[in-house]
Amino acid sequence: MAILVNPKTRLLIQGITGAFGTRHTQLSLAYGTQVVAGVTPGKGGQLFENKVPIFDTVAEAVRQTGATASAIFVRPAFAADAILEGVDAGLDLVVCITEGIPVNDMVRVKRAMEGKKTRLVGPNCPGVVTPGEGKDSTGGCRIGIAPGYIHKKGNIGVVSRSGTLTYEAVWQLTCRGVGQSTCVGIGGDPVNGSSHLDVIKMFNDDPETHGIIMIGEIGGSAEEDAAEWIQRHCQKPVAGFIAGATAPPGRRMGHAGAIVSGGKGTAAAKIAAFKAAGIGVAPTPSEMAETLLKMMGR
Amino acid sequence: MNLHEYQAKQLLAQYGVAVPAGDVCSTPEAARTIAENLLSRGATLLAVKSQIHAGGRGKGTFNTGFQGGVKLCKTADDVFEKARAMLGNVLVTKQTGPEGRLVSKLLIAVAPHIHKELYLAVLLDRASSRPVLMASTEGGMDIEEVAARTPEKILKETIDPAVGLMPYQARKLAAGLGLQGDLIGQAVKLLSGVYKAWWESDAALLEINPLCIVTAGDAKQGLLAVDAKLSLDDNGLERHPDLLAMRDLAEESPLEVEASKFSLNYIKLEGDIACLVNGAGLAMATMDIIQHFGGRPANFLDVGGGASKEQVSAAFKIILQDPNVRGILVNIFGGIMDCNVIATGIVAAVKETGLKLPLVVRLEGNNVEAGKKTLAESGLTIIGGTSMADAAQKVVRAVAAGSKP
Repeated sequence: MAILVNPKTRLLIQGITGAFGTRHTQLSLAYGTQVVAGVTPGKGGQLFENKVPIFDTVAEAVRQTGATASAIFVRPAFAADAILEGVDAGLDLVVCITEGIPVNDMVRVKRAMEGKKTRLVGPNCPGVVTPGEGKDSTGGCRIGIAPGYIHKKGNIGVVSRSGTLTYEAVWQLTCRGVGQSTCVGIGGDPVNGSSHLDVIKMFNDDPETHGIIMIGEIGGSAEEDAAEWIQRHCQKPVAGFIAGATAPPGRRMGHAGAIVSGGKGTAAAKIAAFKAAGIGVAPTPSEMAETLLKMMGR
Repeated sequence: MNLHEYQAKQLLAQYGVAVPAGDVCSTPEAARTIAENLLSRGATLLAVKSQIHAGGRGKGTFNTGFQGGVKLCKTADDVFEKARAMLGNVLVTKQTGPEGRLVSKLLIAVAPHIHKELYLAVLLDRASSRPVLMASTEGGMDIEEVAARTPEKILKETIDPAVGLMPYQARKLAAGLGLQGDLIGQAVKLLSGVYKAWWESDAALLEINPLCIVTAGDAKQGLLAVDAKLSLDDNGLERHPDLLAMRDLAEESPLEVEASKFSLNYIKLEGDIACLVNGAGLAMATMDIIQHFGGRPANFLDVGGGASKEQVSAAFKIILQDPNVRGILVNIFGGIMDCNVIATGIVAAVKETGLKLPLVVRLEGNNVEAGKKTLAESGLTIIGGTSMADAAQKVVRAVAAGSKP
């Protein structure tokens, strides 16, 4: 089961011929992911690495290959257009890796996606991984830029705004012999496609997921919203960590969305919301896996 | 990126928003000329306003002891004197920190006869992913305090980005602010101009505090943006070369400007343990874990996902320019990035800078064994950390040991 994607998911890559897109398409192919198409306007008809057909439009790629998900590796200025092209082509899932998209572009994208069936993950995110059964978790579905080998197939769901902090949590689990159902990086921008709560709900409904690690950071109130729902509805143990307790107010900490402004979005408020909701709070980022496993009696 | 008040007002004026007549200058002589010009056109009271990227200017103090970064004057001579007292001196306000900011520009503007002060802002509402227009009758005050004490005095209109601000929404806000008669029409025009300025310049925050009801010469009432603050979305700057040209590097920390040249994200903090990390989330978490074990982080530094040897070297040089730094923690989770490249960069940087401070390195991920070997065989005193917690404890201990007399 897992969520969002599985080893059979047919993936297309928007921006497959750029340096970044090329590198990560190669890694996804090596991981065993079903990369069935690439899209680069003007390069339709060519083959990527002698095996993946390239199309001029997403619609054509979908028609010819039956792709249902896409990963976006295009420059920030073209990302909003790329997302909506994926939506228009009727994809189930669009994962936007691109960092640096103007916020107002995402405001318009979100508005345009209302009522559409496509789910967006990102932007400014590491992507989605459902680990496979093979060596170093190969044979799974890797969309984006996460290192595949740190994963292990299993039953813990991981959702996070930050890339490297996701890897940290995944690695802590894998080193303890505990695998993951799906790992989702929702991205560090103030306007994104899927929230912590959207992903938590999917994990709650997924029989393969037995426990959840939720990693948040300063800024906004998405973690508080998720915590409130978890308290009322979540049937699975959730442990979490909030990054940015030491961040000075009013400063953007790398991620466009990681900012305490007007006294709102502090780590203290988010940690308090986690605790009130019965979410296990890791005292340090080194103890994310341990905190969850303790709650699960392991 | 932030703009100065005078730049924000220039932008607002282009969108038909009324702002007090005035001009910017950088010498007392020029201040006098602007003042003479405004007085000759009928102004009776002028404001001399320090242009720095920080609030609380009016109640600030200069390093010379001169009180107030905003002064009211009736004559050109007085404007000249006040300008001389401000220009070239450092103004300390509650938002600048003790180091203050050098005042090199002044806005000389007509000080209107104010009937009432209101508050107006446009910003992103993250919960709805839509812009929101905020207004309040409590102008000229700290709006966060107003929101905390009397939330009912904050009016909000969420804007549908598909249609923009509709006139009825502007009328609702105008009514909520208690505006009547002619002022309602003026408010609709002003609000739509303010919203358009925000949207079209890819702004993060546009704040007009105070927005004033003023009595003009003909005794008619009008709306005037007496102060303005504009922060831009850095991601949108690429398509606004005109706004990017307004960047004032003097307002930014020199180390942060230097870091940005190498695509490094650096923010200086007050502590003594420097950190060098890949990824924003992990960088924040590294600061947190240093504090958890009793240390104080000296900076936030994200070298990004694909750091090169050159970037690591530049990062070391930048963190070592902070005189407070007494120890360094490198925390790299090299998922895709090769740990050995990072290790080679660290060794080169340590040799190049002749580093004497304790250095703890935690490497994890791709090609980590080769990376650890490179560090071990370098002949340098580099303390290895097996996990984030282990590395943080080691650097905190090393710095504490180093500070004993």
